[in-house]
Amino acid sequence: MTVTEAPRIVTSRVGYEDSYTIDRYLATGGYEGLRKALSMTPEAVAAEVDAASLLGRGGAGFPAGRKWSMLRKDPVTYLVVNGDESEPATFKDHLLVERDPHQLVEGVVIAAYALQVTRAFVFLRGEFALGLERVQRALNEAYAHGAVGADIFGSGFSVDLVVHPGAGAYICGEETALLESLEGKRGFPRIKPPYFPAAIGLYGQPTVVNNVETMSNLPWIVVNGGAAFAALGAGRSAGTRLFALSGHVNRPGTYEVEMVKTTFRDLVMAPVYGAGVRDGREVKAFIPGGVSAPWFGPDQLDLPLGQDEVGQAGSMLGSGAITVMDSSTCMVRAAWRITRFFARESCGQCTPCREGSGWLERVMRRIEHGQGREEDLDLLLDVSDNITPGLQWPPQQTTICVLGPSIPSSIHSAIEMFRDEFLLHVKEGGCPHA
Amino acid sequence: MSHLRPDILERARELIALYPRPRSALIPLCHLAQEQDGWLRPEAMEEIAALLGITPAEVRGTASFYDMLHTEPVGTYLVSICTNIACLLGGGAELLEHAEAHLGIRVGGTTADGMITLEEAECLADCDRAPCVTVNHRYVGAQTPGSFDGLVADLRAGRRGDEIPPHGTLVRVRRSTGLQADPASVADERAAMAEAQAARAAAKEEGS
Ligand SMILES: Cc1cc2nc3c(=O)[nH]c(=O)nc-3n(C[C@H](O)[C@H](O)[C@H](O)COP(=O)(O)O)c2cc1C
Ligand code: SF4
Ligand code: FES
Repeated sequence: MTVTEAPRIVTSRVGYEDSYTIDRYLATGGYEGLRKALSMTPEAVAAEVDAASLLGRGGAGFPAGRKWSMLRKDPVTYLVVNGDESEPATFKDHLLVERDPHQLVEGVVIAAYALQVTRAFVFLRGEFALGLERVQRALNEAYAHGAVGADIFGSGFSVDLVVHPGAGAYICGEETALLESLEGKRGFPRIKPPYFPAAIGLYGQPTVVNNVETMSNLPWIVVNGGAAFAALGAGRSAGTRLFALSGHVNRPGTYEVEMVKTTFRDLVMAPVYGAGVRDGREVKAFIPGGVSAPWFGPDQLDLPLGQDEVGQAGSMLGSGAITVMDSSTCMVRAAWRITRFFARESCGQCTPCREGSGWLERVMRRIEHGQGREEDLDLLLDVSDNITPGLQWPPQQTTICVLGPSIPSSIHSAIEMFRDEFLLHVKEGGCPHA
Repeated sequence: MSHLRPDILERARELIALYPRPRSALIPLCHLAQEQDGWLRPEAMEEIAALLGITPAEVRGTASFYDMLHTEPVGTYLVSICTNIACLLGGGAELLEHAEAHLGIRVGGTTADGMITLEEAECLADCDRAPCVTVNHRYVGAQTPGSFDGLVADLRAGRRGDEIPPHGTLVRVRRSTGLQADPASVADERAAMAEAQAARAAAKEEGS
């Protein structure tokens, strides 16, 4: 089992009781990254981030440096931070906003400087009541400290940050839906193209949208240099990453590990991480990157935690959420619950997503409750194929956003891996686990 | 006569000033109205509409999209139990069933004393403490049926009041300052944006 010696980049302070206060932050190197950034040119700061190979931590894994270079030149540009964190089983940004809000604020000001934006907005899901309070307090302290606002640290650079609460809607995590929501509208994803808000974003102005964890890495990258970050991990998956480990493990929690050098097995089994499956049971299956991701079986536990490695194996690291299901789990019930989530959260704009999710949910429900038929398995696959033709990975998209094509992941995985279990539900007229 | 209290109105105006366009403040203002009333009263939505320069129907139509904005009254305490995947694996569905029986209400209902509204939640991003329960969006940690009954008793007796404000109060920390970047540049921002948008509209006209 490998536990590498990589530094803690985003969780260095979370062990302190008062990790969220400005006193603790300043006593542990806080705002040094921003001071250093302000002594460099904006282009030089962006170049360090590009050299770091910092892949976006929100789900899609797009390189932050590349995204930044796409920001269209315009007198008015914005930076929007995505703290919607609603992909089921994802809870890593939760830790960052509550336990190290100053690190987030510093990261945002660094990015705002590198991008020379007019203003920055930090969107946090409304359910983060404590997180909203912690980040607002940190921002107030940062203003008083001169780290944000007018003439930051006497550098002549000025930018304001606004903390913006969401109000409960998974779809607002999709970046164009988030912008609609930030404009005071329903969270309907926008039709693409344009593919990136970097061209047309908030109020039609060029906008960079980045995840909370992506931003939280910036102070360290500026202080230590992009090359130091790129030296950790391997290939494109550089640095460390936060993984939210949940389900049937002895120690569920958020762990910062070095990418690629660590495997799923290390994370699930190592005593400092998951410490093994509870009650000494076996792993039956696990979800490697949030409920939008296809599932893996125990034979995939030795895959490294790297974006391309997991992608090539037919799934994704997605939002950094790993859920372990042990041998006692009913896979029909698990896939049904995930499908019910998508049916509830579909915004309703696209027919395949809106109708398909409802259909799938009803068929899954009847199988779990013993009213299923053998033909239902084909029906499930057929409806899934209508949502995302060919059921390939990465999925084909027939809808406005990627929520639609993500719906079949769990059902397709469950049928492929546990067809017998579906048939048993049909034959026994109910759930054999109940 | 204003429905919103003077202090709430003052905060509403402060919030509106933070955005390039007033309508962006719609959700923050709805949260403020819920802080005053516990839910979104029609009078409040009308006043928010007036503050933002839009119609009450636009406020209602937007608010109804969001789970946390309530156009019907809510109990003093909104108890949310997550049954999504990690919490399902941790007994969330069973806890929800227990809660319904213990409170004598179904999901979505409110107890007769008006104290507790029960909600089945999607993932609340606290999945390592499964099954996850929140009260008025404050995390109270994983609950068992036994500890849940204790929690309810505490809420009814007002023993968790310090930590958990009544429903609607979301963010108790007020922003300390308005925008500080040069006011002239804020005006420039608005002007440049209007110009860019006019140019885009003109280009669209030409294209069609
Ligand atoms: C349905 C859906 C939900 C999403 N939810 C989130 C989310 O909660 N947080 C997040 O950062 N990104 C989320 N994303 C990804 C964003 O669209 C976007 O790629 C990301 O915020 C960009 O930041 P990054 O490049 O730093 O990762 C979601 C995408 C989709 C399609
Ligand atoms: S795919 Fe689903 S969630 Fe996405 S825009 Fe279409 S209907 Fe809405
Ligand atoms: S699955 Fe319940 S809080 Fe995440």
